[in-house]
Amino acid sequence: MSYYDPKDLRKFGNITEWSEELGTKFFDYYGKVFEEGALTAREKSLIALAVAHTEQCPYCIDAYTKDALQRGVTKEEMMEAIHAGAAIKGGASLVHGVMMMNKVNKLDG
Amino acid sequence: MGKLKTQSLQKRNSDLAQSNRQLEILSNGIFQDGELPTFAKKIDETNQFPLRPKKLEILQINVGYMCNQVCEHCHVDAGPDRKEIMTWETMEQCLEVIRNTGAHTLDLTGGAPEMNPNFRRFVEEASKAGVKDFIVRSNLTIIRANKKYYDLPDFFKKHNVHVVSSMPHWTRGKTDKQRGEGVFDMSIKALQELNDRGYGMPDSDLRLDLVYNPSGAFLPGDQASMEKDFKKALLEDFGIHFHNLFAITNLPIARFLDYLIASENYEDYMYQLVDAYNPAAVENVMCTNTISISWDGYLFDCDFNQMLELPVASKIKHISEYNEDILNNRNIVISQHCYGCTAGAGSSCQGTVTD
Repeated sequence: MSYYDPKDLRKFGNITEWSEELGTKFFDYYGKVFEEGALTAREKSLIALAVAHTEQCPYCIDAYTKDALQRGVTKEEMMEAIHAGAAIKGGASLVHGVMMMNKVNKLDG
Repeated sequence: MGKLKTQSLQKRNSDLAQSNRQLEILSNGIFQDGELPTFAKKIDETNQFPLRPKKLEILQINVGYMCNQVCEHCHVDAGPDRKEIMTWETMEQCLEVIRNTGAHTLDLTGGAPEMNPNFRRFVEEASKAGVKDFIVRSNLTIIRANKKYYDLPDFFKKHNVHVVSSMPHWTRGKTDKQRGEGVFDMSIKALQELNDRGYGMPDSDLRLDLVYNPSGAFLPGDQASMEKDFKKALLEDFGIHFHNLFAITNLPIARFLDYLIASENYEDYMYQLVDAYNPAAVENVMCTNTISISWDGYLFDCDFNQMLELPVASKIKHISEYNEDILNNRNIVISQHCYGCTAGAGSSCQGTVTD
């Protein structure tokens, strides 16, 4: 059995039951974040999809792939968003190479 | 147009071509074991059971199931092989009703209504009845399907018909995936021709609205946002104008039900519909202000019930015995497919039903 059960996503709201105040505050905040603002709800959905992948959250990937489809986002747009996330994730690893180079130069330069 | 997307369930001899089989699926499984509430139980929670009609506003007439397209998710199971076509005799009975009805909207649908051999004669006569809003649901490609249909935009204009057309997406890929190869290009050409006649232009009285329904097992997004995206893309890419976009939820019947089952999405989709249930949408659901008339003159609460062969629960069953007062005093026939019209902002042939 997998640790992740797709059906658990539907129970996300239940976290409020064990801490009503914090749970309610979180979901109020969450709902507000994804409302139309300086960015469109569609743009935010694509950001969420990219972050869902960098966080490797199966629930979020499930939810925001569906959300993107509902907003008429094409698969090409979804894949580009994921590459943007992946590039940052890859870059974040690689940029630490400078630390390694600094260290080598200091120890063995 | 390229090859057809699929074949009708009837042509495939699928057991889902039988409405009884569809109703069985919708009542068994997750609804039978209580995992999800039946629609009757759900609306009863807010004291909305039994569902009752309000003032009749729309007469929707299905003039036949024949269509030049075979779209993947068609709730009519329409296609070139369907032979159910309304006769002139039944049309005359409809005309009699149209002349005397209190409804302000007449809505012709199909199949492709234009393929009924008496379509033009019927429109000519019906347009004289003085109905405020006269809708023809045109699939667009019919306008470019054959020379004999090329003048349809002029014909529509002459009779001040309100054109409502399906357009699944503003991109070729998503449109053709749902409706068949080449549908997008033909639809664009048809829209441009309608625009040339003044249809859909800003400030024009010639109404041109588009219908969006999702290409898969998910619900439609916000109607206003989708309309904005459609307008921007169609104008920038093709110079096309239209008035409003109606976002319609796919109901789990006929070919869409077949798709849901084959793709193993049925249970998840029903969960989505039930989770998105909105009691406010029940108030304005289209069966409360519509009567649907089938190709052979029988009466239904909506086009979906027509396809499921669930007739009105009234002693008036047929257009030949039509009586609006008696008909309006009935309970609306429901099953689990009705969740499709009450999800989110609600869904009807006129788009969402809540603000």
